[in-house]
Amino acid sequence: MSKELLNIKDLCVRIEEKEILKGLDLSIGEGETHVIMGPNGAGKSTLGNTLMGKEEYQVTSGEITFMGENLLDLATDERAKKGLFMTFQNPIEVPGVRLSEFTRSACEAVGNKMSLWNFKKAAQEQMKFLGMDPSYLDRELNLGFSGGEKKKAEIFQLLMLKPRLAILDETDSGLDVDAVRIVSEGVRAYQEQVGGSLLIITHSTKILESLKVDRVHVLVDGKVVAEGDESLVAEINENGFEKYMKA
Amino acid sequence: MSEEKTYVEDINRTIYDVVDDDSDAFKLEQGLTEDIVRQISEEKKDPEWMRDFRLNCLKLYNRSQHPNWGPSIEGLDMNVIYTYVRPNTKMQHTWDEVPEDIKNTFERLGIPQAERTSLAGVGAQYDSELVYHNMQKEVEEQGVVYCDFESALKGEYADLIHEKFMTLLPPTDHRYNALHGAVWSGGSFVYVPKGVKVSVPLQSYFRLNAKGAGQFEHTLIIVEEDADLHFIEGCSAPKYNVANLHSGCVELFVGRNARLRYSTIESWSKNMYNLNSKRALVEEGGRMEWVSGSFGSHVSYLYPSTILKGDNSTMEYTGIAFAGAGQDLDTGMKVVHLGKNTSSVVNTKSISKNGGINTTRTSVQVMPQAKGARSVVSCESLMLDSESKSDTIPVMDIRTDDADVGHEATIGSISDEAVFYMMSRGMSEEDARALIVSGFADNVSRELPMEYAAEMNNLIRLEMKGTIG
Repeated sequence: MSKELLNIKDLCVRIEEKEILKGLDLSIGEGETHVIMGPNGAGKSTLGNTLMGKEEYQVTSGEITFMGENLLDLATDERAKKGLFMTFQNPIEVPGVRLSEFTRSACEAVGNKMSLWNFKKAAQEQMKFLGMDPSYLDRELNLGFSGGEKKKAEIFQLLMLKPRLAILDETDSGLDVDAVRIVSEGVRAYQEQVGGSLLIITHSTKILESLKVDRVHVLVDGKVVAEGDESLVAEINENGFEKYMKA
Repeated sequence: MSEEKTYVEDINRTIYDVVDDDSDAFKLEQGLTEDIVRQISEEKKDPEWMRDFRLNCLKLYNRSQHPNWGPSIEGLDMNVIYTYVRPNTKMQHTWDEVPEDIKNTFERLGIPQAERTSLAGVGAQYDSELVYHNMQKEVEEQGVVYCDFESALKGEYADLIHEKFMTLLPPTDHRYNALHGAVWSGGSFVYVPKGVKVSVPLQSYFRLNAKGAGQFEHTLIIVEEDADLHFIEGCSAPKYNVANLHSGCVELFVGRNARLRYSTIESWSKNMYNLNSKRALVEEGGRMEWVSGSFGSHVSYLYPSTILKGDNSTMEYTGIAFAGAGQDLDTGMKVVHLGKNTSSVVNTKSISKNGGINTTRTSVQVMPQAKGARSVVSCESLMLDSESKSDTIPVMDIRTDDADVGHEATIGSISDEAVFYMMSRGMSEEDARALIVSGFADNVSRELPMEYAAEMNNLIRLEMKGTIG
C-alpha cells in the first residue's frame, strides 16, 4: 500500500441531536482513488462536509488525520491549504465575483501561485479541455450556470488548485451522459496529471466507468458495511444496496 | 463562523489619516457671522454681485432650520466650525511648486500618479483653496476650460457663471445650500464646448486637513451640445475628535445630445458631516450618468438629483454606500422627468456593518407632460450583522398615465454556505467575506476607471478587516 494520506478512525458525527456517522473507519493512501457508495441518507455527504470542517457537523468521537496531522484542529481554510478539496453538490452562486477572479484567489490561498499570464493560459486550457467556453471565466461565479456547467466549473477548480485529496460529492448527480463523460475525463486528468487522491461519493456508477478505482466502501447507516475492489461497483450496479441494508 | 462579532471602533485608514500641521495656514475665526462672510468675500476679491449673493445667503441661512427628517446632526455646532482655512500657498500648476507637506499628502493619495497615467486634468483642493490645477495641453486646445472657481469668476466665462451660479441649487432650497452660498470657497469650473469629446477623465480631489473646519467647494460643469465629459471627484480627510463639515454644491448642465459622467469616491473620515448637494439639468437627448461610492463620514445627507428636461434625455445612477460603526448614511437619488420619452435607471446598493445605519431614499417624479417616461429603480442592501440597520424609502410621484415605472428592493446577508464554500477553497473567513462584499459592489467598481475601482476595492477590504470575531 502506498503512503497513508488520510486516516479516519471510529468517526461519530451528529447534526444537532441526530447522529449521522456511527463509527466510520477509512484510510486513503497517496494517489489512491476510493469510492463511497450507499443509499440516500447513509451519511455520504456528511462525511465530505465533516472532512472539510463545516460548522454544524459536530464530531462527537473518533479521529481524522491528514498527512499525520490532526485535521479536526484545523479550520476549513487551513484544511484547504493542507491540500483538501471538495466539489459541492450545489455550488454556491456568488454575484459579482468572476469565476477567474475567484479561482485565482483560491490558487493563491492554497499556495499554487502563478503569474496572471500563466494563470490565464492554464485557465483557458482547462476550460477548453472541459468543453466550456472560456467566456465563462468572466462570468459571475455559478450565477445562471446550468447544473452541468456548475459541476464542470467545480472540476475546473479542481484542475487549477491541484489538491492532494479531492472529495467529489455527488458530482455526477443530475448530469446528462455527455456531461458525465466530460466530468469523468476531468477527474481522470486530475488522477493522471496531478497524481492526487480521490474520495468519490456517489450513488450512481456512470462516472466511475472510465476511472481507475482502488477501493470501494459501502456506507449504510453511518458505517462502512462492506469493502472491496472495483468489482464491488459492478456488483452493486446489479443488485443495489438491499443486501447491505438488511445486514 | 462564530455568532459573536467583535465591535470595531474604526479601521486603520493610514493613508487617509495622516494629518499635516496647519499652523501656517490662514484661518478666519470660528463660527458664522456677517463679518466672516465679508472677510471671505474680501479674501477672494469677489465681484460685487457675489458679495451681495453671499450676504443674502447668510440671511436665508439665519432664517432656516435643519430639515426635520434624516439623521441627527446634533454634534455639529456651526459656531465652532472654521468656515475658511487658506493653505499657506498660492495655487500652482506644477506639483514641484506645491509645498512639500501638501504635495506629500496628495502623493500618498495617488493623485499625481493618476494624473500622469490616466487623467486629462487635475484640480487639488486643500481645505478652502485649490493648491494645484493643471490640464493637458491637447484638451486645453480643444477649448475645454477647467479651472478653479475663483479664477473662473474673473475669466472668459464670468458672465455665464453669473447667469448659472446656484440656479440649479438655489439657496432657498434648504439650509445647507444657503450656508454654502454664504461661505463657498474653492471648487472647479468646467466648460466643454459644443461637439468636444474629452476622451480621458478630469478629476478634482478635495482634501480637508484642518481640524474643525468646513469645506464648501463649488463645482459647476457645463457640457455643451454633442459634447462628452467624464468628471471624477475624490474626497478624504484625516480623523479628528471634533466635527468637520463638508457642504459642497455641484451644478451640472448637460446640453443637447451631450453626455456627462460624474463619478465620486468619497472616503471622508468618520467625524465628518457630509451635507452635500448635487443636481444636473439635462437637455434634449442628453445623458447624465452618476457613479457614486460613499464610504466615509459620520453623517451624510446625499441625494444627487437629475432633471430630465429635454425630450429623450436619459439618466443612469449607480451608487453604493458603506456604513460602519458610528455612521449614519442617508443617501439616494432623485429624478424629475419633464421631457417626453425620458428614461432613468437607478441601481443603489448599501452595506451596513457594526451598527452602521444606511437609509436609501429614492424619489422618482414624472410630470404630466413627460409622456412615455420610463424609470427602473433597484435598491439592494447587504447587512453584515444583526446590529446594523438598513432602510429603503422609495417615493414615486407619477402624473401621467402612460409612464412605465418600476421599483424593487432586496435585503440580504452573507450566507454561511457561501463563506464555507470559499473557505473550502483556502480563503480565510475574512477574505471570503471581503470577496463577497466586493462582488456585491462589483457593478459600481465596473463603472469606475481601473485605478478608482482598485481604490474602492481597497476601501472595502479596509472596512472588512477585523469585522469577524
